[in-house]
Amino acid sequence: MNTTLKRGSAAIVGVAESDLGEVAAGMSVIDLMAQGVHRALADCGLALADVDGVFAAAGQSRMPSTALCEYLGLKPRYQDCTMMGGSSFMTHVAHAQAAIELGLCEVAVIAYGSTQRSAGRKNVAPREYNPYETPFRPVLPASAYALAASRHMHLYGTTREQLAQIAVAARQWALLNPVAWEKEPLTVEQVLAARMVSHPLTVRDCCLVTDGGGALVMTSAARAKTLRKPPAFVLGVGESISHQTISNMADLTVTGAARSGAQAYAMAGLKPQDIDVVQVYDAFTITTLLFLEDLGFCPKGEGGRFVSDGAIAPGGRLPVNTNGGGLSYCHPGMYGLFVLMEAVRQLRGECGERQVAGCETAIAHGNGGVLSSQSTVVLGSASTI
Amino acid sequence: MTDNTPQVAVRLTTSPLKQFRDRLAGGELAYQVDEDGRALFYPRVAAPAGYRGELRWATSAGLGTVYATTFISPKGESAYNVALIDMDEGFRLMSRVESIPAEQVRIGLRVRVRIHPAEGDEGPYPVFDPVEAA
Repeated sequence: MNTTLKRGSAAIVGVAESDLGEVAAGMSVIDLMAQGVHRALADCGLALADVDGVFAAAGQSRMPSTALCEYLGLKPRYQDCTMMGGSSFMTHVAHAQAAIELGLCEVAVIAYGSTQRSAGRKNVAPREYNPYETPFRPVLPASAYALAASRHMHLYGTTREQLAQIAVAARQWALLNPVAWEKEPLTVEQVLAARMVSHPLTVRDCCLVTDGGGALVMTSAARAKTLRKPPAFVLGVGESISHQTISNMADLTVTGAARSGAQAYAMAGLKPQDIDVVQVYDAFTITTLLFLEDLGFCPKGEGGRFVSDGAIAPGGRLPVNTNGGGLSYCHPGMYGLFVLMEAVRQLRGECGERQVAGCETAIAHGNGGVLSSQSTVVLGSASTI
Repeated sequence: MTDNTPQVAVRLTTSPLKQFRDRLAGGELAYQVDEDGRALFYPRVAAPAGYRGELRWATSAGLGTVYATTFISPKGESAYNVALIDMDEGFRLMSRVESIPAEQVRIGLRVRVRIHPAEGDEGPYPVFDPVEAA
């Protein structure tokens, strides 16, 4: 697909969260999507009447694009509810870029909503029965990531303390984000002493369980330049599906991010060392570590040593997950949309205390399932075009 | 694609899962192999891409090695292990290692299969013991 999509042909021009954390009783997934769309349109100065493309995914909605169109009164020319878990939204960006290039739509919204915290996670995310896994009672998804961590620790000597450093860095960034769920500092000792979910991952190695949603607005590069805020141009996209169940992942220490990232870098004409800010889906501490390796920010096996000593925390040598991530900011179940949002805001320079100086390029990497689907978007400011 | 056509053209009277469980009930850990003898697990109606020709059933000798491991300690229950086991025949499955404390299961441990019988709605499934303890 990268042979046909054009670098910088479309841009993300509007971003907004819906209400986050624990939302008002009775709020629905589509209420949150609609809040996100209205706010994201206001962010870029467009109106519902401009929208002719609708993209949506949600764990709690079987037909989210139709539900959202009914709610907002939209009759789009083009719609897509690609569902591959938390990486769906990066793929929506790629598909929206393709649709915009082809003239199938001009202004696309990409929306997500979840009420998993207020509705109760067991009620909203029933897991499919798998006769080859369910009898063994893995705590999914955590046990799948724990198995990957066991393998990384075995092969490379990665330690629980190094994984904990990732949670601590995320918390330090979250303390700079006024809308982050977590408000208190966190230490390595606290991560290690927290309740064990699936060894070696404690509850502090695991993402939050919150409500939340939001939306992005995308349009053509030409139209993007006429709007209120600096566009985040889509420089490169890539995606990879490697398995569905953890027992069918070929090598638990190498994710599909290696492939999706390579595709996105190739289309963007950039290398890891050209990226100013890194946003990766941190469902678990091990996820951040694997993606830093697979996206080329450190060699395979070096992730544990790489994240030590505050390297990815505020003031460190590589800014990673500057909103506080799924570990400390917000995690409604399919977190990929928020990864993209933070990348856009960093490129715009509107991140306040947590702003990375001189941010012109960003990578936004999404993960779905149990390291199953990987989708990468490289974004750039006008200076990269 | 054409390689698989004869097999999938026939209407099945038993599902791959049923055949797997029937073999377990008979004391065998079954898997599938393609025409080149390449092992496949979980059982399927036809070979996936990268495999050749029709699938046939084979029986594992029951020996494998722990590839990855975790354990879970639910409140008020003893800890249990969840592991991925690489079987000597070249396929991998999720299971648990029993007979030793869950937290003592290590990657590289040699294990032997034991069939956990059907209970209520749950069909039989394979579990493992360390080779030394079995």
